[in-house]
Amino acid sequence: MKDKLEQIRAAALEVLEKATDINALEEARIKFLGKKGEMTAAMKEMRNLSAEDRPKIGALANEVRGNIEKHIEEKKAELSAKMQEAKLKAEVVDVTMPGNAPKMGKLHPLTKVMNNLKDTFIGMGFEIAEGPEVEKDYYNFEALNIPKNHPARDTQDTFYIDENTVLRTQTSPMQVRVMEKQKPPIRVIAPGRVYRSDTVDATHSPVFHQIEGLVVDKGVTMADLKGTLEVFLKELYGEKTKVRFRPHHFPFTEPSAEADVSCFACGGKGCPVCKGEGWIEVLGCGMVHPKVLANCGIDPEVYSGFAFGIGLERIAMGKYDINDLRLFFENDLRFLDQF
Amino acid sequence: MNLPMSWLNDYMDIDVDAKTYADALTMSGSKVEGYKTAGDEISNVVTGKVLTCIDHPDSDHLHITTVDAGTGEELQIVCGAPNVKAGIIVPVALVGAILPGDFKIKKGKIRGVESNGMLCSHDELGISEEVLGYTPEYGILILPEDTPIGKDIKDVFGLNETVVEFEITSNRPDCFSIIGLARETAVTFDKEFCVPEPKFSENSENINDTLTVEVENKDKCLRYSARMVKNVKIAPSPAWMQERLRACGVRPINNIVDITNYVLLEYGQPMHAFDLRDLEDRKIVVRTANDGEVIKTLDEQDRKLNSNDLVISDGKRAVAIAGVMGGFNSEVKDDTTTVVFESATFDGASVRLTAQRVGLRTEASSRYEKGLDYNNTVPAINRACELVEQLGCGENVGGMIDIMGNVHDMETLPFRPEKINAFLGTDVSTETMVKYFKALGIEVDMENMTLTPPSYRPDLVGEADIAEEVARFYGYDKIPVTLLSGEATCGKKTDRQKAQDCINELLTAQGLYEIYTYTFTSPSVFDKLNIPSDSELRNVVKITNPLGEDTSIMRTTTIASMLDILSRNYNQRNPYAKLFELGKVFVPTSEGELPCEPVKITLGMYGDGVTFFDIKGNVEAMFNGLNVKKVRYEALSDNPVFHPGRCAKVSAGGKDLGVIGQIHPSVAKKFGIDTDVYVAELDFENVFLNIKTDISFKELPKYPAVTRDIAMLVDKATPVADIERVIQKAGGNLLENLTLFDVYEGKQVEEGKKSVAYSATFRATERSLTGEEVQAIFDKIVKKLEGQLGAQLR
Repeated sequence: MKDKLEQIRAAALEVLEKATDINALEEARIKFLGKKGEMTAAMKEMRNLSAEDRPKIGALANEVRGNIEKHIEEKKAELSAKMQEAKLKAEVVDVTMPGNAPKMGKLHPLTKVMNNLKDTFIGMGFEIAEGPEVEKDYYNFEALNIPKNHPARDTQDTFYIDENTVLRTQTSPMQVRVMEKQKPPIRVIAPGRVYRSDTVDATHSPVFHQIEGLVVDKGVTMADLKGTLEVFLKELYGEKTKVRFRPHHFPFTEPSAEADVSCFACGGKGCPVCKGEGWIEVLGCGMVHPKVLANCGIDPEVYSGFAFGIGLERIAMGKYDINDLRLFFENDLRFLDQF
Repeated sequence: MNLPMSWLNDYMDIDVDAKTYADALTMSGSKVEGYKTAGDEISNVVTGKVLTCIDHPDSDHLHITTVDAGTGEELQIVCGAPNVKAGIIVPVALVGAILPGDFKIKKGKIRGVESNGMLCSHDELGISEEVLGYTPEYGILILPEDTPIGKDIKDVFGLNETVVEFEITSNRPDCFSIIGLARETAVTFDKEFCVPEPKFSENSENINDTLTVEVENKDKCLRYSARMVKNVKIAPSPAWMQERLRACGVRPINNIVDITNYVLLEYGQPMHAFDLRDLEDRKIVVRTANDGEVIKTLDEQDRKLNSNDLVISDGKRAVAIAGVMGGFNSEVKDDTTTVVFESATFDGASVRLTAQRVGLRTEASSRYEKGLDYNNTVPAINRACELVEQLGCGENVGGMIDIMGNVHDMETLPFRPEKINAFLGTDVSTETMVKYFKALGIEVDMENMTLTPPSYRPDLVGEADIAEEVARFYGYDKIPVTLLSGEATCGKKTDRQKAQDCINELLTAQGLYEIYTYTFTSPSVFDKLNIPSDSELRNVVKITNPLGEDTSIMRTTTIASMLDILSRNYNQRNPYAKLFELGKVFVPTSEGELPCEPVKITLGMYGDGVTFFDIKGNVEAMFNGLNVKKVRYEALSDNPVFHPGRCAKVSAGGKDLGVIGQIHPSVAKKFGIDTDVYVAELDFENVFLNIKTDISFKELPKYPAVTRDIAMLVDKATPVADIERVIQKAGGNLLENLTLFDVYEGKQVEEGKKSVAYSATFRATERSLTGEEVQAIFDKIVKKLEGQLGAQLR
């Protein structure tokens, strides 16, 4: 009986050793361990054994069965690993072939730049205000300390709807609209579309975009103006950018300044982009004129503030190296797809 | 404004190079646009005398010359100019010379004849006719006979002068003058500066014996000063004066006119010279013009005036438009012997309006309109007399006529140094401030702590203006850099702004590109779009002074803008385009009120395989992403812009959201697109109002669903939306989902009918549905479909 069991073990192990696929393992399991298999047949002879031998042989039989099962499992693992490997080999793809990308569109470059600016200012606690493009002369000029016949009106060639209504020439009227509605502290940017009667060419457009900024509170200083705009310009043009504020004149700010950044093409050494100056003018700014505050019902003895205006197209042209303003409004897909 | 550095150095010594000077003035508020030394591009060009000149044997136009250019040897130079001849003095570019454009002169042979240099024209030297003061004959530049030989051409034309060009802002008319810029320079570089008082002698006569001046309108004429010069000898002005005028871009004319222009540049005070012979009744009257009065100005144009315009007239007629231009009838002529100088101040706004209306913007008017200093007329007219004496071109008659108009004194301002520092965020000492103020001519009263600005600084009217003066000379760059303190504010976008950002994302994610289009358009777009003549859309906001007809109205629809861009892409052979824009239209409201400016969401597309259902799908996906639910689409066959069978009106929550459709082929054709093109125009506000914001979570289903297909035959014309409404209503709460999966017409389907198939999913939230329950609902649905739509179940 013992020999018989050992024979089965030897035969089974031999079969398993030679097995090359999972099916052969199953056949072997049925042959040796199945209900009608050799082990079962052998076990039927157990009853012929003496009560003394039965437990010993029983233990051996279990050990043989277990041994065969273990070998089957091991062989199975070995074979499935091999199969897996073969399958993986067969499934190799050329990963350099293009993916099945869904077709994506893109935002207009002006929106991209605008979003970037909005995010920066929101991070500094600014809200976003919007207002009309067809604007009262009062908001566009008068309230901003530009009365009728002021020479500054010459430099802003204005489209008129009627005597008292214009297409806004700047986003600055939003300063007045915000201050009329809201009491300090005010931190607002107002992006939008503006109009000047310039004939279209590579650097002029009758329609373009600005972002106006306004801060009004107690104790706002020109040093705050410099600090805030420096943070913003470094965010926009990079940490290494140098910023310079230069005196200028706007009727609605006093003192007024223009901000230059070190040329992003040459870093400030002087090149054709900055016309050899090393600096590029990027925005106009200044302390809100006391008359403008007073026009909006804010006491200039108590409150002060600063304002700034940025031309969006100019920033986008600098950032993306675009040399012709017309491209923004032509919207050729070959242009739009580049951003 | 151009500043020749030599002129500045008449007043003070500035011994820095041009770049340092330019940077310093820019930072103190006088923006330098550039600086240039005209002769920088020229070297080794000298004056030379043509000794001999013979024809070139091998050419019908070249000449062979010998030239003495003071080099110690006779140079043989071949020259092609038609006007070359022996005896003339001309500019000679020697071998090794450099001409503008980096053009180097080399020794060479021209048709076999050796040539050692080049005789030059004014063009080749880059000398403009303005600088020359005349138009030379064609060919080489022939210099005056008394020009010395061998002299550097840069010295002959004053090309060594460095000229700095300033951009002067409109609030600083005082800086449109050499003296004004000198004052700014002095404060910037901490130099002493004062304007020397002009000195000249007067004869024993008195101007009042010969001339009377009356100022009728003292609001528009703020001061009128006049002096007289007799025994005038009109001649060219001396070279130094001509050079300075040219450097400032002013063309020399004759000594008297040049003196007035010189004073204009130096003092910033426009002057005029009348010929006394032409002043009828020996009288000057400053008055407003008669309506319709005509004057021929110096440029020989007739100008029609009205009663708002101020004129200078004699006893009978206007002789000048005040502050704008002199009259042709009284100008200084070659035989003028007695001159009346006018140095006056006129109201800026009045000059501006007149100049604008008659279409003449002159050196004088552009200065007057900014508001000139009435205290400047006398120093300026005296300077003119000083120059007359210096040039020896006449005899100054004794006395001056000087009439004041209605002028206002400068207001006194409080001087609060601590307020200035608090405003700037600086710590500038009071002494430093006072130093700047004194240098700027601002009177300081330390006892009462007040400041009185000089009359040439009408821009200094408030404390903020004073703070700017401190900031400018203290240095904007020295103001510290601080961050905002004070109450914190929360930076955020409004819900509408967030929704617009969301639309941008949803549409780009679906393959649409964002575009920016002009908001003004042509009135002809309505015809192009087939829009009927009585349509509300034709009620537009008009621009009164447009650039052109095609940009003369504000748009009331964005469809034409979209079609223009689609057309551009189509005609650039871009094979397909899917575009969108968030842009405004402008709807007139009542008289005197601003128009409404609603934002439209506009989608547009064309391309191989693009159908109505692509653009509708993009719109649906956008609505889904925005959480805009229960959107209705109804066929719209009478919108003339669109294909009558492929256009839908879109609505939700009882609001009209807009329209989607294929553009009518006749419209597409007018826009230059001969393929199918689709546009949707939706109203942002109404979409926004339909965004569902109160979202509450529903438990995920615990019980199984039952899915049944419903296939039917209906009339071809029955919209599936109608079928869906019937099924939804009959299905009730247990109908969880309904998906259209097949629409078929053709073989095996009766003529005039179509086969429509849905997959319907039923589920109850609290239990498993039984087969009987589902069957009952299904039967109900079928019954309703049959009853209401005449559907036949398949």
